[in-house]
Amino acid sequence: MQVVYEWLGTADHKKIGLMYIVYALLFLVIMGIEAILMRIQLAHPNSTFLSPQVFNRLFTMHGTTGVFFVAMPILFGFANYVVPLMIGARDMAFPRLNAFSFWVTAFGGFLLYASFFTAGGFSQAGGAPDVGWFAYAPLTSPAFSPGHSTDYWTLSLLLAGVGSIAGAANIIATVLGMRCPGMTLGRMPLMAWMSLVMGGLILVTISPLTAAQLMLMVDRYMGGHFFDTAAGGSVVMWMHFFWIFGHPEVYVLIIPCFGFVSEIVPVFARKAMFGYPAMVAASVGIGFVSLGVWAHHMYTVGLPSYGNAFFVLTTMLVAVPTGIKIFNWLATMWGGKIRFATPMLFCTGFLFQFLVAGLTGIMLATAPFDWQLGNSYFVVAHFHYVIVGGILFTIFAAFYYWFPKVSGRMMNETLGKWHFWIFLIGFHLTFDPMHIPGLLGMPRRVYTYEAGRGWDTANMISSVGAIFQVVGILIFVYNLLSSFFVGPESGNDPWDAWTLEWATTSPPPEYNFATIPEVKSRRPLWDIKHPEDPDWKYE
Amino acid sequence: MSATHSAIAANEGTWQIPSRGRVGMISLIIAESAIFAIFIAAYIFYIGKSLNGPTPGQILSVPVIATICLLSSSFTMHWAVGALRKGKIASFNVFWLITLVLGAIFLGGTAREWHHLIYEEGFTIQTNLFGTTYYSLVGLHASHVAVGLIGLLTVAVASLMGKVKSEHSERCEVLALYWHFVDSIWVVVFTVVYGLGR
Repeated sequence: MQVVYEWLGTADHKKIGLMYIVYALLFLVIMGIEAILMRIQLAHPNSTFLSPQVFNRLFTMHGTTGVFFVAMPILFGFANYVVPLMIGARDMAFPRLNAFSFWVTAFGGFLLYASFFTAGGFSQAGGAPDVGWFAYAPLTSPAFSPGHSTDYWTLSLLLAGVGSIAGAANIIATVLGMRCPGMTLGRMPLMAWMSLVMGGLILVTISPLTAAQLMLMVDRYMGGHFFDTAAGGSVVMWMHFFWIFGHPEVYVLIIPCFGFVSEIVPVFARKAMFGYPAMVAASVGIGFVSLGVWAHHMYTVGLPSYGNAFFVLTTMLVAVPTGIKIFNWLATMWGGKIRFATPMLFCTGFLFQFLVAGLTGIMLATAPFDWQLGNSYFVVAHFHYVIVGGILFTIFAAFYYWFPKVSGRMMNETLGKWHFWIFLIGFHLTFDPMHIPGLLGMPRRVYTYEAGRGWDTANMISSVGAIFQVVGILIFVYNLLSSFFVGPESGNDPWDAWTLEWATTSPPPEYNFATIPEVKSRRPLWDIKHPEDPDWKYE
Repeated sequence: MSATHSAIAANEGTWQIPSRGRVGMISLIIAESAIFAIFIAAYIFYIGKSLNGPTPGQILSVPVIATICLLSSSFTMHWAVGALRKGKIASFNVFWLITLVLGAIFLGGTAREWHHLIYEEGFTIQTNLFGTTYYSLVGLHASHVAVGLIGLLTVAVASLMGKVKSEHSERCEVLALYWHFVDSIWVVVFTVVYGLGR
């Protein structure tokens, strides 16, 4: 009982961070089950495994869960756990607000899934939302969405949004206002920088979603007309508001992952990060550019030609800072004594896959190309390349990298390598062939398709790949659990790393540091280990 | 961390970082500004697009007194915090309470305006696009004033019980930041609703 209360009532950033992560893993499994059900349905043409209605509910829940209740909380979890340790702080800036953020977000997720237990019965996926993760108007109007399924979607995202905004304010205040002496902005670990950028982006992107959700509530509950064409309202306005949130959201998710890679690659290449200032500038640059690209999701709506030109150019502009980052990581690896431990394997996979995702992104950024392939499986393949091949791979890297700090034990390397290779094969089996039915005209979100259109084989391979991914995840979960109890002890600094979280014990005490550290360079732990040749001599 | 002891002397007294309270509040203000920006964009986009009446010109009257009250409350708030920083608790109390009263007058003004519109003009959030956007935007602002007033009232009660001292001036400044934000966003809402939209 005492233990339960300790966790439920905690305001310690490490415990809250772990709760975020465990919560997100739970939803990762749920969204994975939803994906598998959809892949079983799509493996054959004319399949009747799922009804169209259930299929609609599943892809809506899969997308909504993945963005708001897996990716966001898992990244908040890592930022919560790692950032205060990295900057030599004893906690986040507002510990109780931190607990509030977690519980509000958590409640949002549980509320969303409560919809399964309403009308319709479980075999019909209950009354789960079925309007797609971007819930275009007028599909969400009372006339087309009777009952409460859309309200579950709106309310749960409102709650998660409040939690995210409060969490972002907390991260920003922590990074700016809790740094230990000497930890200037120019010496901060890149993970802390990326968390700062993520926080800033959340403030200006989740808020528009919150505003749009409030408008939708006004329409649904008070008889308002924001998105009501019969009263002169505009449904395109919802698209604008949603994508003003929706596109930068991708950067909210990937920028902290850039942080993971920027911490892991130098440690495993045994070299200091190449081009630190360029890395910071590129991240901040991506943050700003990403605010002006949203309408590339709306080419098919019909924009004026200068609108098309503007959004094509801004979207392609993103490639510049992104390219700088990829070059910096490669240059860090270049000539290094690379150790291909599991975290580094996942980062290497990320580098390749993220590059491919960026290339298909540039293809889709071109308006005429998008007129052909918008809303096709090509788009589905593209964004899964970003979210699974980019984001999820680095999240796995982060698990293997920081697990020893959290638990005091190493994860099993052999199982880690099995996890990496099986998941890598599964990923490519699922998402590489998916580009082809897209190019051949298979629209996304169809619950089934006719035989003989050339879509069958690719879909079958995609479904087989999904099984590989499941096996990979099962190995990962088993590794996580068994290593937690019986893994070999790791000591404080198993990777011979250079940032401050490795200066304290594993797991860290509640107060993190007995004496608040003093920092004189970008690699404070190097300075401590090598007093004869410290970094600050050269900075 | 023995190797870093020599560094402590070097950094002592010179290490300054931003106040977390202020950074947190500014973050909140940025997020709130984004919410307002979306509602204001919707308001401007829908000006003149209602399919039926009434139009803003027919029923809206400019809330001059309420606006003067809200804007002057920013000055009294500024003086209150200045007094607290210097330790002049009595004048802090006076200015703080004046701020509270001015804010309450503003909110009362909005309430009267709405009462008039709803019960005498029969104009509601369902009437037309103008009604939807007007009540949403003005209501969003009024709810922020109400939240600010709760904050002001909490400090006022604590202060009248003698619990607010000059060392709390930074916390009051953080609350003052929020209040200034609520005031300045009103300048935008006012311009859009009663100027541009009418």
